[in-house]
Amino acid sequence: MRTHVEKPPPVARPWTGARIAGNIVVALWALTGIGLAWYLATAWNAELVDKYGMRFLSGVGTTFTLVGASLVAGALLSLPVALARLSKNRLVNGVAYAYVYAFRGTPLLAQVFLVYYGLGQFSDALKAAGLWWFFRDAWYCGFFAFTLNTAAYQAEILRGAIQSVPRGQWEGAQSLGLPRAVTFFRIILPQALIVALRPYGNEIILMIKGSAVVAIITVYDLFGQARWVFSKTFDFQAYLWAGIMYLIIVETLRILWDALEARLTRHLKR
Amino acid sequence: MTDALALLSFGPEGWGDELARGVLVTVALALCTLPIGLTIGFFVALAKQSEEPSLRLAGNIYTTIFRGLPELLTLFLVYFGVQIGINALLKLLGSGTTVEINSFVAGMFALGVVFSSYASETFLSAFRAIPKGQYEGGYAVGLSYGMTMRLVVLPQLIRIALPGLSNLWLVLLKDTALVSVVGLSDILRQTSIASRVTKEAFFFYGIACLLYLALALVSGAALRRIELRTERGTSR
Repeated sequence: MRTHVEKPPPVARPWTGARIAGNIVVALWALTGIGLAWYLATAWNAELVDKYGMRFLSGVGTTFTLVGASLVAGALLSLPVALARLSKNRLVNGVAYAYVYAFRGTPLLAQVFLVYYGLGQFSDALKAAGLWWFFRDAWYCGFFAFTLNTAAYQAEILRGAIQSVPRGQWEGAQSLGLPRAVTFFRIILPQALIVALRPYGNEIILMIKGSAVVAIITVYDLFGQARWVFSKTFDFQAYLWAGIMYLIIVETLRILWDALEARLTRHLKR
Repeated sequence: MTDALALLSFGPEGWGDELARGVLVTVALALCTLPIGLTIGFFVALAKQSEEPSLRLAGNIYTTIFRGLPELLTLFLVYFGVQIGINALLKLLGSGTTVEINSFVAGMFALGVVFSSYASETFLSAFRAIPKGQYEGGYAVGLSYGMTMRLVVLPQLIRIALPGLSNLWLVLLKDTALVSVVGLSDILRQTSIASRVTKEAFFFYGIACLLYLALALVSGAALRRIELRTERGTSR
């Protein structure tokens, strides 16, 4: 019976080139962080915060509502597009493919301009159709362009996910005599959405980052407010604070989404 | 139809030559950004797959920051921040001159940094797909670390990472449109000017979208050829 275990001495980690370089780079990051914190602390101005602090918060609100609304509307629109992409009818498939390719192949900024300035050219026709209240407003135009854009991306995510569900699932439902619609909504879609979870999370983060372009068409989202404050004060802090807020939002979302994914896929863990 | 052709003609009346110059600027910006992004991305990936924890931490901080910031904000931070920084430094040194940064260079660095943070993830997953035996085989025949990397690992790495990098190139091509906001005369800015002058906004922004689509189509075809070429040596 042993009471004393002789442990091997800990291996000394040598100071390799990689270790030295790594420590230097981490030190540089730390210095940058400290420098940034110091700058923001010394430049802190209670008057400016009083005057502009609420603007930033309302900007965050605008970003969230705009992105949230577009994501939900895009999700609804993406379902028929994804189904069309899965269709065996070549015309339906071709139209859906052209839509997806066009919206994924052009910059979001160009799409927003096309809607806001381009459709503004047809104001008379839009007034006659009773749609002018919608396309007159920059927020609605941003919402419209974002919805079409994210629907194209979400349709591809959904299509890939639906195709990843094994054919046996369709065949099993068929052999039980279930109608196709029931099979799709109760059996295929729930399994597909699990596969689509991670790409959906990425799409949400991409949309939050991409939504900054609406600031160019005068929507005061987080970036728009930062731009406005910078134009009034010429204080560079405005952009730094916006950057910090975007980083916090994106990182929080990523952590929340990871937790959600872990919870929803807990039956798949081995 | 004749109106459209007149608007797009090359000459003092039409906008064809301006748009063509815009296409050149867009392509040039994307091509100049690519080597910066690939190089930084490769080294960040190298750091992130290193056995040294501090290097991994440094690489992860880099990706977290530049993948989390909106591209447009990164561009503004580089464009205004570097300008303010340089001018403050010049003032500190007692020089009265002020420097203005070129929007092309600012765009190149901002987009390069964003590209590299995404590329580092692509490279990292490609690194993980290469078995350890490839390195060990390299060392066993007496190759140094650098030569193993260059002769054994890199050729496989490029083949595995290429589909991901192709996607990033298409994203980069679209992101160049953001640099028009700080005044670069790329496709989008030239079409904006044209639409303001001619009051044909829908037509010109539509043309801008078509030009970007054409660039995506052409580079997509080129990338597929490159991908096929890298797959010569593999059997299916």
